[in-house]
Amino acid sequence: MNVVATAHTLLAPEAEWSHDGAFHIIEQLSKPIHRNLEPVGPHYLAHARRKRHHRTFSEDDRIVAAQQAKNVEDADSGEISEPEDPLLLSRDPKDWKNQDHYAVLGLSKYRWKATDEQIKKAHRKKVLKHHPDKKAAAGGIDDDNFFKCIQKAMEILTDPIKRRQYDSVDEFADVEPPSRKAKGNIYKLWNPVFDSEGRFSKKKPVPRFGDDKSTKPNVEEFYNFWYNFDSWRTFEYLDEDVPDDNENRDQKRHVERKNKAARAKRKTEDTARLRKIVDDALAMDVRLQKFRKEERLQKDAKKIAREAEEKRLAEEAKKKAEEDAKRKEEEEAAAKASKADAKKAKEAAKNAAKKNKRVLRKGAEDANYFHPDGAAPPDVINNVLADVELLITKLDNEELDVVAKKLAGLKVADDVKGVLVDSIHSTIGKGSAKESDYKILLQ
Amino acid sequence: MSDTDEPQQKTVIGIAFGNSNSSIAFTGPDGKAEVIANEEGDRQIPSVLSYVGDEEYHGAQAKSHLVRNPRDTIAFFRDYLGKSFAAVDPTNAHSSAHPIQHDTGVAFSVQEKTDADPATLSVSEVTTRHIKRLSDSAADFLGKSIDGCVITVPTDFSESQRKLLAEASKGCGLTVLQIIHEPVAALLAYAAREETSHPADKTILVVDVGGTRTDAAVIAARGGMYTLLATQHDYELGGRQFDEVLVDHFSKEFMKKHKTDPRENERSLAKLRLECENTKKTLSLSNSSQISIDSLAGGLDFHSSVNRLRYDLLSKKLVDQVVGLVESVVKKAEMDLMDINEVILAGGTSHTPKLALRIQQLFPATTAVQSPATTTTSLNPAELCARGAAIQASLIAEFDAEDIEQSTHPAVTVTPHLTKSLGVVITSPAGDDGKADDKVYVFLESETAVPARRTATFTGTNVGGDVLVRIVEAKKESVDVTPAKEAKEKVNGADDDEDDDDDDDEDDEDEKVIKRVTEVERVIAEALLKDVKKGAKVEVMLNVAGDLTLTVTARVVGGQGGVRGTVPGPAL
Ligand SMILES: Nc1ncnc2c1ncn2[C@@H]1O[C@H](COP(=O)(O)OP(=O)(O)O)[C@@H](O)[C@H]1O
Repeated sequence: MNVVATAHTLLAPEAEWSHDGAFHIIEQLSKPIHRNLEPVGPHYLAHARRKRHHRTFSEDDRIVAAQQAKNVEDADSGEISEPEDPLLLSRDPKDWKNQDHYAVLGLSKYRWKATDEQIKKAHRKKVLKHHPDKKAAAGGIDDDNFFKCIQKAMEILTDPIKRRQYDSVDEFADVEPPSRKAKGNIYKLWNPVFDSEGRFSKKKPVPRFGDDKSTKPNVEEFYNFWYNFDSWRTFEYLDEDVPDDNENRDQKRHVERKNKAARAKRKTEDTARLRKIVDDALAMDVRLQKFRKEERLQKDAKKIAREAEEKRLAEEAKKKAEEDAKRKEEEEAAAKASKADAKKAKEAAKNAAKKNKRVLRKGAEDANYFHPDGAAPPDVINNVLADVELLITKLDNEELDVVAKKLAGLKVADDVKGVLVDSIHSTIGKGSAKESDYKILLQ
Repeated sequence: MSDTDEPQQKTVIGIAFGNSNSSIAFTGPDGKAEVIANEEGDRQIPSVLSYVGDEEYHGAQAKSHLVRNPRDTIAFFRDYLGKSFAAVDPTNAHSSAHPIQHDTGVAFSVQEKTDADPATLSVSEVTTRHIKRLSDSAADFLGKSIDGCVITVPTDFSESQRKLLAEASKGCGLTVLQIIHEPVAALLAYAAREETSHPADKTILVVDVGGTRTDAAVIAARGGMYTLLATQHDYELGGRQFDEVLVDHFSKEFMKKHKTDPRENERSLAKLRLECENTKKTLSLSNSSQISIDSLAGGLDFHSSVNRLRYDLLSKKLVDQVVGLVESVVKKAEMDLMDINEVILAGGTSHTPKLALRIQQLFPATTAVQSPATTTTSLNPAELCARGAAIQASLIAEFDAEDIEQSTHPAVTVTPHLTKSLGVVITSPAGDDGKADDKVYVFLESETAVPARRTATFTGTNVGGDVLVRIVEAKKESVDVTPAKEAKEKVNGADDDEDDDDDDDEDDEDEKVIKRVTEVERVIAEALLKDVKKGAKVEVMLNVAGDLTLTVTARVVGGQGGVRGTVPGPAL
């Protein structure tokens, strides 16, 4: 078995393998096409040997198999057939300039649209039918006039330059533009005209006239294209024959000049003609009015929308102002309230402080100013009260509150003194007073 | 074993039966085909018979009688075989015996014997006589009687034409083993040179530019078997038209000097034509050629010369037509010119250098164009059909009639072909985003006849771990790989050889570089190989059965086990 060693690398799985087993079917192969193998060469003969092993093939098999196979040879296409006009058949080949080359080959309905392939096929058909040798052999008259017409048509239609020159003046391919007053479906009226004129365009593709569904850019592009039409149309075909004998040089030059002038004139006329066609189409083009109307509607709609928007904005602004005012009021009220609260609290604190101070003083008084027996002498009372007052000044309201709470309920004089002394120590510790400031409590 | 046990070898030949020329070939004991020269030393034997006095002339001698004895000289008759009078184009026979209506077909009326009425020779009869002369020449050369032959015909030969040809051959006692298509024979002539039992899959274009017509065929060669994908013919384009441009050229020159048009006199025209054909052939080899005709017209001699440049210009339109035919047949095959791997130029006119070069320009540099002007190893394009026929003849020499009948039976030849290429997805290297790289390695190209099987090995992955074998139908897509703007100027250099300007223009316009790459079209199935070592080789086999059942086998080379799976064929 023949194994090809490739230099390629296989894939790593992109995601977790989520199938049972190691093989996963997604689709079947595409359907095959039946074709005829050429029964030639050693490899085919090996194939045939395998295939017909132990088999014989009947005539039926042959027919069935042959019908299955795709045919690669074209069946003679009868598409190019037109009845031959007797007038055409009796044409004088010398008058080839006025000959309808497409009609001669039976391609009247294709004209400039005929492909090279069609021209070739059409020509062959005509040759088979009209070759003079055949007519002579069949005992007919030895008349090769129409055959000459066929050859001339072929010569012109297979030469790209000559074909263009002929197509340029092929009036059978022209589509008459409708008059400006024409009634009816403008798309049916104009599309064929522009499709036909489009054959002369150097630029491809040529935009079509379109229909009522064409967008504004399409239509604009269309007119833009046609007002700037770049045409290859030329008028050499209508030239007057130039005498080609050398004797008459002046005459020759004269005819050449005349031809040149005539071509230029025709070209100018053609440009003007096309311009008029485009003008006419433009004048009749209801889509333009439609677009204008649509635009106006759009503009109106925009205006309405703008006004609505403005109104909405104004309303919004008003609402906002109202809300702002309300909020401000509320805030002010709240501020006032909180101010009152603060005042109350302050007062309460003040009262509490007063009360606490009283507790401290009362504590000293209740403990008989820490005098052991009998009524305390006035200097002791003064000193104790002075110390307590000093302590009070050194304590802030909270500390005062703490001390007052500790004192509450204490009956024993030493306990009361202890609390006061602790508190004095802590104020000294904080450095807000000195030991020496106190007169008696620390002794 | 004694020598007498050897079966008596049959002597068989190949015949290329052309409208203008025929040739004969045989395959020697070394298996190489060789073209045989007739008694006059011609390998290209004009398919012409001429009756002069009581003599029958054949080949080159008969052809020379076109000047003095045109009405009794029969030429260009092959394509008339089996056709009705209404369906034949008498143009080519205008300067020789004219075809006439006869029974249901065509005949020629010639003065076969001096003292009898003109004889009416049907095309079949003429064909019989022509083949007899060819067969005699071959027998003469080989020193043995001929037991059978293979004959080539154009692809548009109908079944009834083939039948008549076989009968005509039988008429002179030569058995036709098989009638084969000219482009396929040409292909076989080249294929026989490749010494491999596994010929590469290729799509081949055969362009046969003969004397009176040009035929083009696109052929799929898959595993050494051939399938015609499309054919196209131009019956009004061939070597005769190339002769004609020289005839016109020299006639004008003659007229300028002598004020007489040699084309107006039948005999002068015939003389000029024959000489122009020789001039044309000389121009295929050298840069200029002389022409010299005694008493061309009005008793005046004509001597002139023409160079190749001039000739190329004169024949440009004809070459354009060949190019057009090539483009149209490839289009008809629904392919891109870039998908053609090889071009074989056949037929005498393919010697023309300009023609071959213009065709070469149509294709990328990777496409080999087989012709004397483009490859040094090419075979003689005029001999391809005879060689191919001789090779085929040697292959079936020992077959009996029943064998051949069955081997060429449509029940065997008509085969399902894949419509899509089948392969596995590969990782493409990162360079330029991998845009210009194949995404799929193709095992079986589209248009492969089934059953068919291919095997290939790959690197598992570069990191190790699990490997995914994703089997897909692939399509080809064009990718623009034009290198970034560079100084592309100055390629043509100074125009010192003032070669045909138009061609240079075409080159300049076409500066895009397009590459065809394979892309995934449809995923058919996936197979998973577990834990493959880094860098290990994986072998994949795809086997498509006659009913389009696909069997996939994947295994690590040198490893254990593997994965095998089957995708049932599509409902037909
Ligand atoms: N060396 C050559 N150069 C150019 N044309 C040639 C050459 N040799 C033969 N021909 C032309 O090839 C034509 C014959 O080709 P051939 O394949 O034999 O034709 P056919 O298939 O019609 O029998 C003739 O027109 C002949 O002039």
